[in-house]
Amino acid sequence: MKKHLLSIDDLSLDDMDTLFATAAEMHDVQRREVKKLPALRGRTIINLFFEDSTRTRSSFEIAGKWLSADTINITGKGSSASKGESLRDTVLTITAMGVDAVVMRHSASGSALQVSQWVDASVINAGDGTHEHPSQALLDAYTLQRRLGTLEGKRVLLVGDLTHSRVFRSNVKCLTRLGAEVTVVAPPTLMPSGVDAWSREAGFATSYDLDEVLPQADAVMMLRVQRERMSGGFFPSAREYTVGYGLTRDRLAVLGPDVPICHPGPMNRGLEIAADAADAAQSLVLDQVSAGLAVRMSILYHLLAGEGASS
Amino acid sequence: MSAPSETTDEGRVVLDARDIARALTRISHEILERNKGPEDLVLLGIPTRGVGLAHRIADRIAVTEGITVPVGALDVTLYRDDLRQHPARGPQRTEVPPGGIDGRTVVLVDDVLYSGRTVRSALDAMSDLGRPAAVRLAVLVDRGHRELPIRADHVGKNLPSARTERVMVRLEEYDDHDEVRIAGTPGSDTTGTDTTGGTEGS
Repeated sequence: MKKHLLSIDDLSLDDMDTLFATAAEMHDVQRREVKKLPALRGRTIINLFFEDSTRTRSSFEIAGKWLSADTINITGKGSSASKGESLRDTVLTITAMGVDAVVMRHSASGSALQVSQWVDASVINAGDGTHEHPSQALLDAYTLQRRLGTLEGKRVLLVGDLTHSRVFRSNVKCLTRLGAEVTVVAPPTLMPSGVDAWSREAGFATSYDLDEVLPQADAVMMLRVQRERMSGGFFPSAREYTVGYGLTRDRLAVLGPDVPICHPGPMNRGLEIAADAADAAQSLVLDQVSAGLAVRMSILYHLLAGEGASS
Repeated sequence: MSAPSETTDEGRVVLDARDIARALTRISHEILERNKGPEDLVLLGIPTRGVGLAHRIADRIAVTEGITVPVGALDVTLYRDDLRQHPARGPQRTEVPPGGIDGRTVVLVDDVLYSGRTVRSALDAMSDLGRPAAVRLAVLVDRGHRELPIRADHVGKNLPSARTERVMVRLEEYDDHDEVRIAGTPGSDTTGTDTTGGTEGS
């Protein structure tokens, strides 16, 4: 496995299998009374989050702690970044303290790659702008694989605000690599430019009509409407978005009770996903959270435990 | 397949299928004798081959006593003290039998006892799963060269070896046939083991 995890492209299919197999073991640890493994004792991990996050940051923090690493959180607000310090200086200052890994989130696409070129520590991309969020894609794929048995040949819908979604970019790569037949669905205004060329190359389908593709789905992944990233009006009203692309009660009925529903969170209930769907028995939203912890333990273990890991 | 005494690149066979069967039968009886029966016993195999051996011992106990002793698997990868000296290796399954290990007599089962570091890791791993009343160790082969003060309670065969030699255990469940081979050149540090064999309370 490579030293950094910046993109799904950094992983081979074998790497993914290894990560998932280890995650399955880590998942079992969560059911134990003592949720602690000594594998990363003496290692230090910094969670450097320049954007708001609840589940990814706490997930990485708990994952590190359960592997016995020392974990420290630094957020943009309250750090020297808010005094005007550059990203480079902040990162170099922190890594000068001898950390082994930097888990980072930043609003600039490509920032994780940039940081990986400045430091000796392993860099794990926990979301860079609208580019990628590989650990989220891995945990989504892992969750679906556990539920569906395999992703080979399974039809997975990714629905929502694709333009602003790094989860979508990582997920398409990850799911298609694992053999799923992916269809991405969005209103024309939220379909990223250049998606046609990319879909031909990567082998996924696009659609503007959710109702047309919904009945064939083996799994549905709803994506959050990222209003904080929208500078203009991408749809006339929330109501209109829900009517066209929300997973409403009516669409839940079309889906049937056996098709799993995922959402990376946080959810806009009533906008892209109705409460009925979010809380349905087939909803995997909370499974995704616990799987996220297992997958992140697996990522940290494989990047930091072995020979050649930075120290 | 080569005859038992033949020496090839693959080394020579020191235990064949029948030897292994006899050793496991003896170990099963020793375990029962030491525990005064099969009550409260749990067998935990250390992956990979220790798990297969643990199941075979349980089968023999079931034949003798008519009671099925719970068998589990205890992976020690994440507890090893040499994690940083090798590429990261994926952990294997840890399965604790229903009922857990609290208050039970746990017999750890492994194929080869060498430095003792695997067993140390196993003791650490077990302390995160519960608190057994007693822990014993059964191994198919004890090849010596201990680096820690650890000794097996039940040994299939004491095998004097040099550090330069390799001991390979093959079991039908994983390798299509049963045998133990030793390969490589015996170096000057052939110590013979100072383990007097761990049969019963020595």
